[in-house]
Amino acid sequence: MTAVANRGRMPSPHRRGRARASSILLLIVALVATAVVLLPIAVIVFTAFKPVGEVNAYPPTLLPENWTLDNLIAIFRELPFARLILNSFVFAGGVTAFALVFDSLAAYALARLDFRGSRVLLIAIIASLMIPFQATLVPIYQLVSDLGWVNSYAGLIAPRAADAFGIFFLRQFFLSLPRDLDNAARLDGASEWRIFTSVVIPNAKPALLTLAIFTFVNNWNDLLWPLVFTTDAEMGTITSGLTLLTGPGGIIPQGVMMAGSLIAVLPLVIMFLLVQRRFIESVASTGLK
Amino acid sequence: MPRTTRPRYRPAAPLGGRTPVGSTRRTSMIALAFLSPALVILTVFVAWPMLSALRLSFTDASGFGREEYVGLENYVRVFTDPDVLQAMGNTAYYAILFTPAAIVIALVLALLVNHPLLPWRGAFRTALFVPFVVSLAVAAFAWSYLLDPQIGLLNHWLRGAGIQLGNVLQDPVLAMPAVALVAVWKSFGFYLVIFIAGLQEIPGSLYEAARVDGASAWQRFRHITLPMLSNTLAFVMIVALIAALQAFDQIYVMTGGGPYGTTQTVVMEIYTSGFKKLELGFASALSYVLLLITLVLSLIQFRFFGRREKDAQ
Repeated sequence: MTAVANRGRMPSPHRRGRARASSILLLIVALVATAVVLLPIAVIVFTAFKPVGEVNAYPPTLLPENWTLDNLIAIFRELPFARLILNSFVFAGGVTAFALVFDSLAAYALARLDFRGSRVLLIAIIASLMIPFQATLVPIYQLVSDLGWVNSYAGLIAPRAADAFGIFFLRQFFLSLPRDLDNAARLDGASEWRIFTSVVIPNAKPALLTLAIFTFVNNWNDLLWPLVFTTDAEMGTITSGLTLLTGPGGIIPQGVMMAGSLIAVLPLVIMFLLVQRRFIESVASTGLK
Repeated sequence: MPRTTRPRYRPAAPLGGRTPVGSTRRTSMIALAFLSPALVILTVFVAWPMLSALRLSFTDASGFGREEYVGLENYVRVFTDPDVLQAMGNTAYYAILFTPAAIVIALVLALLVNHPLLPWRGAFRTALFVPFVVSLAVAAFAWSYLLDPQIGLLNHWLRGAGIQLGNVLQDPVLAMPAVALVAVWKSFGFYLVIFIAGLQEIPGSLYEAARVDGASAWQRFRHITLPMLSNTLAFVMIVALIAALQAFDQIYVMTGGGPYGTTQTVVMEIYTSGFKKLELGFASALSYVLLLITLVLSLIQFRFFGRREKDAQ
């Protein structure tokens, strides 16, 4: 995409004074908007470090007066939190690893191999993109339950080990790779498996990274899925585990909730900040493709 | 894995077409090997459940004992049960609150963050995108705390400005806007990034020409930006509508569907009937209705997709 198309547009010299004034005005508006947007995140961070007395104090304040680690310790007492963190990593990481391998294999066949039925298969995969997962949750649950996989990593991961969106997304990307590379490898006598592993996959790293982040974030953050497939508090994820604390009446102190929330978002925010440019650019491209 | 494939000569692709690899049996076998892991998963966990849900929707399945076929009874209940009708109305209301708000906020902030005179555009874009990686559940915890009638910061500040909101999440009028607001907060960054990409596709020369002709900022927006952005707008609108139909997470956390069922949505109803009351047949029928509505919206979306792809070629 032409991401830098408008970058070079600068005002003509005689407009500079007015441009500077507009610049400052825009900056103020942007700062205010960003502050409003980031307020809930600031509340999570600061409340996590507030002592109980300050959390419940009136009038409420944003910043803690005395910083404490009590809430971050308490969340590990209220919930099997270390286990939930592990479960979140195994579930989101497991789904991501399987889906990346299975989706890219299937996408390669659809993008590069001319076989009978490829069109029908592609249409079926595109059609299944339209199915909201909530719509098939009941039979999937019955299936997982018949397999004895409720409250297991297998039950959480297996139904999502491949997905139509990933296959479609990677197929589109593989199609955009120049065929000269794999044709050259074919001339040299390389097998399809070799072309897949040593030509296509190394060139598809940006797409694979994007898909990996999307899959990981979506699963880490999913609530309904772990809520349905785990009944044992030890087998939930951070996201589903925290909801156990929010019964009517709010039995659990807000500071502890916010400490749990902070730990839940921290890995994702760090991951996002590390790869933010590429991630944002690939989000942008989903709207254009 | 097909490691044993023999070297074969394949002519290079003709311009604009697929490589004529040839539909030999061997290629089909190789393709099948590549496809089989994904196909097994998709067959077992997508295709089969689709059929299974359809069958269940005509039964009184409850997870225990015999299932009897009950004809269209579940579907009749979907369209006559006052609770279900309320959930459908609520979902539509939620979509009406969420979709325009998310789109307008995303578009306004996209125009701001894409403005050539704004310094540190990249940093603002990143900061505004952060809520997108926060889960709806965690967003719901933070907003519930902000909106708390006693110790909530937002409620406190609004009281300072003379606005008395009271207990928002227990208020039948305010609860739905509140849960919609949480979803807007979480997802506008995603739409914003798509809008920025759309804005950057608009040729700068159009704006230059308009400026030479003396068009005002509003006229430039109305007659250049909006028409040039119409495809992106349509795409975002449908994606947002589909997301709105699936509202669940923050509602489960913040209100549990209350007060008085005013925030009960279709997916909340599927969850309650399917996994709490174990009315599997009825939950499946409701799922199918949701599926059909989503399907219609997706088909409209694919028409736009198709047009875009044709435009791009």
